[in-house]
Formats: sequence, structure tokens, C-alpha cells
Amino acid sequence: MGILEVKGVNKRFGGLQALGDVNLSVAENSVHAIIGPNGAGKSTLLNCLVGKLIPDTGSVMFDGQSVLGRSPHEINQMGISRVFQTPEIFGDLSVMENMMIPCFAKRDGSFEMKAFSPTLGEKDIVEHAEEVLVDMNMADKRNMNAASLSRGDKRRLEIGMCLAQNPRLLLLDEPTAGMARADTNNTIDLLKQIKDERDITIAIIEHDMHVVFSLAERITVLAQGTPLVEETPENIKGHPKVREAYLGEAQV
Amino acid sequence: MLGLNKNDMRLLLIVAAMVALAPIILNPFPESSAMAQFNAGYPDLMQRFVIFGIFAIGFNILFGLTGYLSFGHAAFLGAGSYAGMWMLKLLSINVIPAIIFSTFIAGLISLAIGWISLRRSGIYFSILTLAFAQMAFSLAASVLTPITGGETGLQTNLNDPRVLPSFLGGGASDGGNIPKPSLFGMEMTASFKLPVAGWEWTFNWGYYVCGVIMLVAFYVAIRVFRSPFGLMLRAVKSNQQRMSYTGLNTRPYMLACFVISGMYAGLAGGLMAAMDPQVGAERMQWTASGEVVLMTILGGIGTLIGPVLGAGLIKYFENIFSKINSSLLHEWFAFLPDGLEDFIVAIIYPFIGKGWHLTLGLMFMAVIIFLPGGLVELGQRIARRFGKGRTANATGETKPAE
Ligand SMILES: Nc1ncnc2c1ncn2[C@@H]1O[C@H](COP(=O)(O)OP(=O)(O)OP(=O)(O)O)[C@@H](O)[C@H]1O
Ligand SMILES: [Mg+2]
Repeated sequence: MGILEVKGVNKRFGGLQALGDVNLSVAENSVHAIIGPNGAGKSTLLNCLVGKLIPDTGSVMFDGQSVLGRSPHEINQMGISRVFQTPEIFGDLSVMENMMIPCFAKRDGSFEMKAFSPTLGEKDIVEHAEEVLVDMNMADKRNMNAASLSRGDKRRLEIGMCLAQNPRLLLLDEPTAGMARADTNNTIDLLKQIKDERDITIAIIEHDMHVVFSLAERITVLAQGTPLVEETPENIKGHPKVREAYLGEAQV
Repeated sequence: MLGLNKNDMRLLLIVAAMVALAPIILNPFPESSAMAQFNAGYPDLMQRFVIFGIFAIGFNILFGLTGYLSFGHAAFLGAGSYAGMWMLKLLSINVIPAIIFSTFIAGLISLAIGWISLRRSGIYFSILTLAFAQMAFSLAASVLTPITGGETGLQTNLNDPRVLPSFLGGGASDGGNIPKPSLFGMEMTASFKLPVAGWEWTFNWGYYVCGVIMLVAFYVAIRVFRSPFGLMLRAVKSNQQRMSYTGLNTRPYMLACFVISGMYAGLAGGLMAAMDPQVGAERMQWTASGEVVLMTILGGIGTLIGPVLGAGLIKYFENIFSKINSSLLHEWFAFLPDGLEDFIVAIIYPFIGKGWHLTLGLMFMAVIIFLPGGLVELGQRIARRFGKGRTANATGETKPAE
């Protein structure tokens, strides 16, 4: 039994079958990659896991509990954090403030009325945020407006914000897209390190096969909303069905 | 000090000094001079400055931090006034119960209105608040007449019960007259006039009561802005989606913010009743809601001091600028040849007196287009200019207060 169990999930957008009978089991403390061509339904699948979309049919269980019908903040509080395909950060706030918000959410839960005490007086929160910024190699940017960061930095900030919550399941939607090679490698190293140090399960969507093969223990190939194969990285290279799905794409 | 950082403390002290010295600062022209009519240092107007300052500070906690634009805050202002009037009629002529009850009632009403309006965001939220406020206005003018006095409104009377013992402000009459709102015997209208050379300064008790309350309200607002709660509200404005996926429930944050903001409006309404014990339904009209939006934008959305400045500016225009009339203009330009005098007066005339709205409108447009940060941004730009000139003298610190 995996920590995440997706069973028989279907999702239609009008006439388009975005997800067709998806079954997926992600083992606890593993890294599971989901790959597939553009429009395969990868992001749609993540949307069904975090409460952004509700599947038409099927079930999604996290650690034995259904996530369906729960609102996004409740699902996050269960221990699922997500990095989006286009970075979702607080553009009007400073990098440091961006980092403090998930720290508050982790410590105080989904609502806490602290309207009269200074934010900077919350020493443990400040320290925690500072630590993650150092881990992400972003400490020197702490006072910058998050909107003014480069695309790669925005993404690293978002990854850091998710890691700050110490989630049990981390969902990454193309986390290295838009990053320079060096930052991509740093991110791979960071994720490897996090995985060694913590009890964390990672599901990652990625087009960059270097990232996929560096991290993943299992790989699911999704095409036209349906999983084609699920295999280890060694067995997936040269798999005929994968070639078929990526027809014309030479990467695999 | 007081849990504020150095810059915020300095800002608070500056505002405190301005409030304390307003009767002097606002009367820069000697009584006998032609400019004396531009003096704004009389009690009525100064009270209005600080009361609308409170209203705008509270509005800005909602609009400035979360970006939710309410067009219904007049409902809370009006509800605060009615609630305050009832305390002055039933309980005591002392203003304390009145303003406490005003704030409380406005809090309850904003809880109800916020509960529903906050189901939507953006323009739909604005429309919902507007609809509620117009509903409140119509109800106050008609169905709720037993509570609101309908068209005639509420005022203090000789046959009001005022049940508290007289040392707490009870009693229907004060030697045959309607008692005037007071704070433990000190009447709000009590003034002390101090003539100095050609000037005359009026220190009014009611103004100082309002001023101190505004300072407390301002202080609380600074604390809210700097708190984790304030941070969450700014996060709501920046990216609600990220907030939800970070495990934060935006609804209670928004509702709490809306209620706090409504309570500020109620407090302002209560003070209005306490300074001038009468209220009619027009206080709830949508124009009053619009006014506080203008104040906040003119002063600087999301800044601490901006709304207070905006409130002052608009009230100044409404009360002083509007008094200039054509005969006065002719007096001013009398030194010009007749034809030219008439011509200039004809050009300026539409912008003054009753035309003050036109001037205000033009100013508002200019601010939106050239100074989206309002008066505060203007101040910052000027400070930066000066700063540049001064850097030659190696004075580094030019960081303007918010
Ligand atoms: N909210 C929506 N409404 C309608 N159609 C949608 C919606 N979201 C996704 N789709 C469609 O569903 C299909 C799958 O989209 P999805 O974003 O899941 O693909 P993906 O695998 O993440 O692709 P990519 O690699 O380009 O990110 C696409 O055809 C897309 O246009
Ligand atoms: Mg996608």
C-alpha cells in the first residue's frame, strides 16, 4: 500500500478526456516520476491530488484518507505541498516574507489570529525561514521583491517554500523548467539530500530526463490521460511503448 | 518602544505632535488677514479631520492590505452613529458608552455583511457590499423608523431616559436644557480660545478626545500592519491560490479583517454622534462610502499615514475651498484691468465654491495617473529630491516614513 493511492480516476473537460482511468500507487519515501508528452494530463492529475480539481470518478487516498472533497488548505495541512508549473509565489512580498508564510502555516495551522504582535518578534519562524533560504542558496536575496526574481529563482523560492513545510508528500510540476544548468544540478542535489535526510515522498513531473534519471526510483509514463507503463529507470529506457508515446521526441 | 520599530515610532510621534498642535498649525493666517478664511483650525472641522482619519485608517486595513474594495463602509459608519445616539439617549450623555457600543454594533453588522460578501472577490465583492449598504440606507430611511427616526433621524431630547446616575452622565435634562455630550462632565463643545498677536487659536475638548482616539486607532493599525495577521492579509492580496496551497484558510483571515475595518468605521460613526448628537439616514448613503475610497487612494493605498492625509485633504476642500465665491475672486484680482479681471474670474469660477468637486475630481485623476502612491508617494519623491541634493553633504538617511 503506497502513501498515495490513485484509483480509477477520470476527468473530462467538455469533450476532452484529460484523464482516463488513472491508477497510480506511490510508495512511501520514494521518488516517483511522471513523464509524458505535452497535454498528456500530468498537471491535471496533480490538480486532482491537491483539491484544485475534483475527478469525475475514482478515488484519491493519501495515507489511508481520502483527499476528495477537501479544500486545498486542508489537503496541504494533511502533509501535501505542491510546486506549480508556472511559479506561484507572493510576488508583492519580499523573499523572506514569502518564506515565512509557509513556516507560519506549518506551525500555527490554517488560521491563527495574531494581529497585535510584530512578525519579526516570532524568532523561531524567522530562524526557520532564514535556514531554508540558506539551504536554497537565496539568503542574499532575502529583501528582494519576489516578483523581481528570475524565473529560475522564483521556482527555487517556491520549492523552498514547500520544503519549509516539511511535507510528507512533495508534488513537483516541472521544477527545473526555466532554470540554468547549474541551478538544475543544485536542485537535483538538494532534492537528493532532502530525500536522504527526511521521511519524504516525492512525485515529480519533468521533461528533463537528466533530472528524472538522477532522482526517480519509479517512472510512470502518461499518454493521452492514461498510464502506459510503470517501471524502474533502467527498464524504461528503450521501452517500446515509451518510444510510441514520445513519437518523434528523441530524448528517451 | 510600544512594540514598534524606530521608523514606526517616529511616524507615530510625528502624527501625535501634529494632532496636538493642529489648532495652531491649521491656523497659519492672522485673523484680520484676507487669507483668514483658509484657516482650518476651528473645532468642527478639526473634529471631522480626525474622525474621517479613523474611518479611512480602518478602510485602508481592508483595502490597503487585502485589495478588497468595499463600497459599503458607510453602512458601518451610519450604524455606529445610530448605536451611539441610542446610548446618548438611553444610558448616559457620557460619550464612552456611546463609542464602545457603536464599535460593537458595527462589528456585528460587518460580521453579517462580510460573511456573505466575502463569498466573492473582485468586482462582485464590491457590488455585494454596495448592495448591502444601499439596503441598509433604505431600511434606515423607511422600515426601521422606530430605531432610526426615519427621515427626521435621531437627536438627543429632553424626554430621553438616560438611566445612569447623573455623575455618570445620566439624567434627561441639564437645568432645563438638553445635556450636551461630555466626558465625565467635560462637554465636547468646551473650548479654550487663546489669542496670540494677530492669531486666535481654539483648543477644543471634543477635538482632543477624538484626536487621542485617532492616535490609538492609528497605533493599533501600525501593529496590525506589522503583525503575522497583517502579513497574511498582504499574502491574500498577492496570491490567494498560493495561500490555499500553503495550507492557509483565506476566509477567516478576510472575515476578521473585514470586521476590524467595519469596527473602525463604527467608531468613527460613534464619534460623529458624540461630537454632534444627531444622525440621519444620509450618513449611510453610497456617496459616503465612495468618499472614504477617495480619501484612501488620494493619500496612498496601503500606506500607514496616507489615509489620514487623504481624509484631511478632502475635508479641507469640502469645507474651505468650497467657501470661495465670485465676489471674493473679484476682490483678489481687483488689481487687474477690468476686462482681464472678469476673464480670469470666469475661468477660475467653475473650479471653486460649489465647483470644488470638479477640482477634487481633476486632482483625483492626476493622482491616479501620475502618483499611484498618492500623497505619500509625492512626499517620498520630494524627500528623494532633497536627499539627492543633500548627499553631497554626506547626509545619507533619506528613507521616508510610510
Ligand atoms: N481547466 C481546464 N479546462 C479545460 N481543459 C483543460 C484544463 N486543464 C487542462 N486542460 C486540457 O487537458 C489536457 C491535459 O492538460 P495538462 O495540463 O494536464 O497536460 P500536461 O501533461 O501537464 O502538459 P504539459 O507537459 O504541457 O504541462 C490538455 O489538452 C489541456 O488543454
Ligand atoms: Mg503540465
